[in-house]
Amino acid sequence: MFAIADCNNFYASCERVFQPHLNGKPVVVLSNNDGCVIARSNEAKTLGIKMGAPYFKIEKYAKQEGVAVFSSNYALYGDMSQRVMHVLSRYAPNVEVYSIDECFLDFSGMPYNLTDYCLDICTIVKQCTGIPISIGIAPTKTLAKLANRLAKKGCSPSGPVLDWRTLPSAETVLESVPLDDLWGISRRWSEKLNTIGIHNALALRDSNPKEMRQHFGVVMERIVMELRGISCIPLEEMPPAKKQILTSRSFGEKLTVFDDLRSAVTHFAARAAEKLRRQNLATQALTVFIQTSPFDSSRPQYSNSATTEFDIPTNDSAQLINSAHHGLQRIFRKGFSYQRAGVLLPDLLPASVVQATLFDSANNLDRSEQLMAALDTINRRHGKKSIRYASEIISNKWHMRQQFKSPSYTTNWRELLTIQI
Amino acid sequence: MLDLPLFGSKIPAGFPSPADDHLEATIDLNQQYVRHPAATFFVRVQCHSMINAGIHNGDMLVVDRSLEAKSGSIVIAVVNGELTVKRLIKNLEGVWLMPENPDFQPLQIRDSMELHVWGVIAHVIHSLQP
Repeated sequence: MFAIADCNNFYASCERVFQPHLNGKPVVVLSNNDGCVIARSNEAKTLGIKMGAPYFKIEKYAKQEGVAVFSSNYALYGDMSQRVMHVLSRYAPNVEVYSIDECFLDFSGMPYNLTDYCLDICTIVKQCTGIPISIGIAPTKTLAKLANRLAKKGCSPSGPVLDWRTLPSAETVLESVPLDDLWGISRRWSEKLNTIGIHNALALRDSNPKEMRQHFGVVMERIVMELRGISCIPLEEMPPAKKQILTSRSFGEKLTVFDDLRSAVTHFAARAAEKLRRQNLATQALTVFIQTSPFDSSRPQYSNSATTEFDIPTNDSAQLINSAHHGLQRIFRKGFSYQRAGVLLPDLLPASVVQATLFDSANNLDRSEQLMAALDTINRRHGKKSIRYASEIISNKWHMRQQFKSPSYTTNWRELLTIQI
Repeated sequence: MLDLPLFGSKIPAGFPSPADDHLEATIDLNQQYVRHPAATFFVRVQCHSMINAGIHNGDMLVVDRSLEAKSGSIVIAVVNGELTVKRLIKNLEGVWLMPENPDFQPLQIRDSMELHVWGVIAHVIHSLQP
């Protein structure tokens, strides 16, 4: 038996925990650079604000309707996510954190009334973290996802929890479920299924799995079996080891000057190095890339990348920044408006397997390790930007537009929630 | 030009410390004061209404949301959407949010008001440094 716990309107809910006056009011969260809507509270959905709507298009309407607008605050959402996952992991022997706001729970062999058990989990997660969640329970992951979706829509007699097995007629429900709503079915697939006469989840369930496999491959066959209640997609407890790290971003305003880009690229390299060290990895190469906006056909376009390979795999910030600078120098051309840049570490190894070469002294490696450890400790203790490489702060033109960002209530001592009465 | 080291590793010398056998882990404040990390939040106070309960302006509160709010608990409460720190009193006469400073008035929760407990205060951190 599986369950999936899914946080309701997660980003909007995170903002509400620290601003409870927003409960019952419409809330939206914007993407990087305040581009478009990426999360909505139910009230904002009711107002007709669409997912992906560009902010400049809804700005006036949002003001008029009193919608609370936030820039995305990933420090906050990441921390709140960890809290939710931590609480959830106490209630099942095995869990799979599926995304920032979803988690599969393995309930095999649990003898309880799972609806009551999950209602308790919802209450406890809400109490401990302030985040409301819904839980779908079913014999397969695919059906659990579907049950969760139905619970969110208010179709469950038990509020936020729906156990698939308690449905009076699974057939009636499946018949009303469009293919797009199923886990793992893309729009392209659902169109293709339509052309062969399969229009809803029930028809898909009752199709011939072997034929489906011939037409679409093994993934579709599994979905058919899972809809029949036969589990084919197991819990993945260990996330696959990261193969690459990408830090990249679109700029709030387009950049034309070398120093501005250099500053951005320094930041990306420094963040990538931090991520490497946090996961005890080292990289064998670094790729730096820059590009103009592919959507702006009125201006000349250019994009390029440069890759440096390291003699010894490294996770040293200075070395990564250095090679990012060299790469940038090689590919930067004057006269273009750059819209995006990034740093990619394409090939990662556990740091423990890194060996010094004959001509590199063990002392140098030691020294780099100590320096990086000190850097990370200080930045962890005093906030992310306490110590930075000088080339990062030469320019701030590349910074994101984050007009409406809430404080990092849970990750920065200087931004704690404040109570005034 | 390469700098070649003469020795790649350090050679330990001298006697081992007699205290080595008695080493214990250092004291970690989190262990004592953050019992439920997933449910613990730090909150800053900017008011004087709880001064007699030892909560001063500028103090930091360790809020443990996993604790049950009982009558007498000091809590962060949400009244009509607004956050406040008070002592929660529940008795036959009703529900009250009590300040701990005679300059402030108790607040009785009436039916028209919306109250929920945001979290129970487990500890107060009061710094003696400016």
